[in-house]
Amino acid sequence: MSATVGAVGVLDLQGGVQEHLDHLQRIGVTGRPVKRAVELAGLAGLIIPGGESTCLARLLTIFGLRAAIEQAYDKGLNLWGTCAGAILLARENVGEASFLGLIDIAVNRNAFGSQLDSFHCTALAPAVAREPLPLTFIRAPKIVRIGAGVRALLSLDDYVAAAEDARILVTVFHPELTPSLAFHRYFAHKCGLNVAEADDADLDPGWTPHSWTRFSPHA
Amino acid sequence: MVENRYLLNVQLAQMLKGGVIMDVVTVEHAQIAQEAGAVAVMALERVPADIRKQGGVARMSDPGLIRAIKETVTIPVMAKARIGHFVEAQILQAMNIDYIDESEVLTPADEEYHIDKTGFAIPFVCGARNLGEAARRIAEGAAMIRTKGEAGTGNVVEAVRHMRTMNREIRQLAGLPTEEVMSFAKINGIPYELALEIRKLGRLPVVNFAAGGIATPADAALMMQLGCDGVFVGSGIFKSSDPAARARAIVKATAYFNDPEQLLAASMNLGESMPGLDVAHMPERERLAGRGW
Repeated sequence: MSATVGAVGVLDLQGGVQEHLDHLQRIGVTGRPVKRAVELAGLAGLIIPGGESTCLARLLTIFGLRAAIEQAYDKGLNLWGTCAGAILLARENVGEASFLGLIDIAVNRNAFGSQLDSFHCTALAPAVAREPLPLTFIRAPKIVRIGAGVRALLSLDDYVAAAEDARILVTVFHPELTPSLAFHRYFAHKCGLNVAEADDADLDPGWTPHSWTRFSPHA
Repeated sequence: MVENRYLLNVQLAQMLKGGVIMDVVTVEHAQIAQEAGAVAVMALERVPADIRKQGGVARMSDPGLIRAIKETVTIPVMAKARIGHFVEAQILQAMNIDYIDESEVLTPADEEYHIDKTGFAIPFVCGARNLGEAARRIAEGAAMIRTKGEAGTGNVVEAVRHMRTMNREIRQLAGLPTEEVMSFAKINGIPYELALEIRKLGRLPVVNFAAGGIATPADAALMMQLGCDGVFVGSGIFKSSDPAARARAIVKATAYFNDPEQLLAASMNLGESMPGLDVAHMPERERLAGRGW
């Protein structure tokens, strides 16, 4: 398999993979599903998507990808975890064992409660976009502590919803489930990729909640 | 707000993609399933193979059992309500279950009407044998569809039939000129607006999992290669001789469904699979998939 230099990988074991591939294509970045360790080669960044965090942690361990991601990170791979992905990247998981522990934050899994507490809203993340962004929280965790080397990108009520350190981005919401491309562009910049700057909420008028289906195997 | 809630439920179900949902009847089963990498569990008193064997009326499981399982695992827990039994669904919603499966595996409570799922805040999954059935369940508020297959048989033939039927009907619909969509919608019992949407997308607008008769890693990968978004395994795991190994193998086969070498590795040394039933010679009254309309 030939490595695509400058591509962004999406961990493709379980969860919202196609949704991220759709957003990456909309900003003109090559997205690549990653199922095997060898597929990490040459990537500028890796997105660990939303899904079930317990399940993803088990799959990463059983399939031997945990060590591969840690090694790739040590060699310079940038990481972005959305929702479950943020839980897997956190150094501390309140009341539970942490998993990769690569970014110095504490998360509280399912801090909002059940699916009845999932919601859509809009909020301003000044470092990411000039206009308020549409946000989708689905059984989201809360970031309840950030370490010294970590910057909050979006704070809401009593928690941090998006944060970053030098090489890792975490969002507890799902930008890939909204028309906004701002966070994908932000991560691409973080990975050193050459994409146009987002100057507003960066909404794609062509996006619909079903846009992911064009990446599903049978569409 | 109602529409917003429905979209959130559809999006929640999207997060299950690529996963395996396992039937469990005890807390110990649930732990084995979670450890093996299940994305969710279906909490039941009896797996379909036993429902089939023991006969009688199959109802919603005791909420006490469901709650015990819910308290044991961190992955989502689903539970089944009888077709049309909206009070069983109300009870499951009151206990904050993660998903309700309005299921033909249980004895239908209503032989004419399914549950009005738009009246509930939590997501529903429903079975379907063809595109019309899937579309009608979506129109009733289902956030997720699964093939019916023939539960409790360990025989994948009906799930294959249902998935191939849906795929064929979607291809037909996608190829129609606009003026022919209304008649197609009428013949297949598909709400017109939904027919237009499916035609545009070339697939269902919600996730579609395989279910009913999946017993081996190869069965799971077969359904994924036919275009399913994930897999339900009912009796196939805990009616086999080594449930933990089989659960892990089916999870691996679902994630690596397009990789024959991984499928080979996943298929080896799993012990006895569940005993299978021939569906072709099964009398109509013993078939569960015919329940629902």
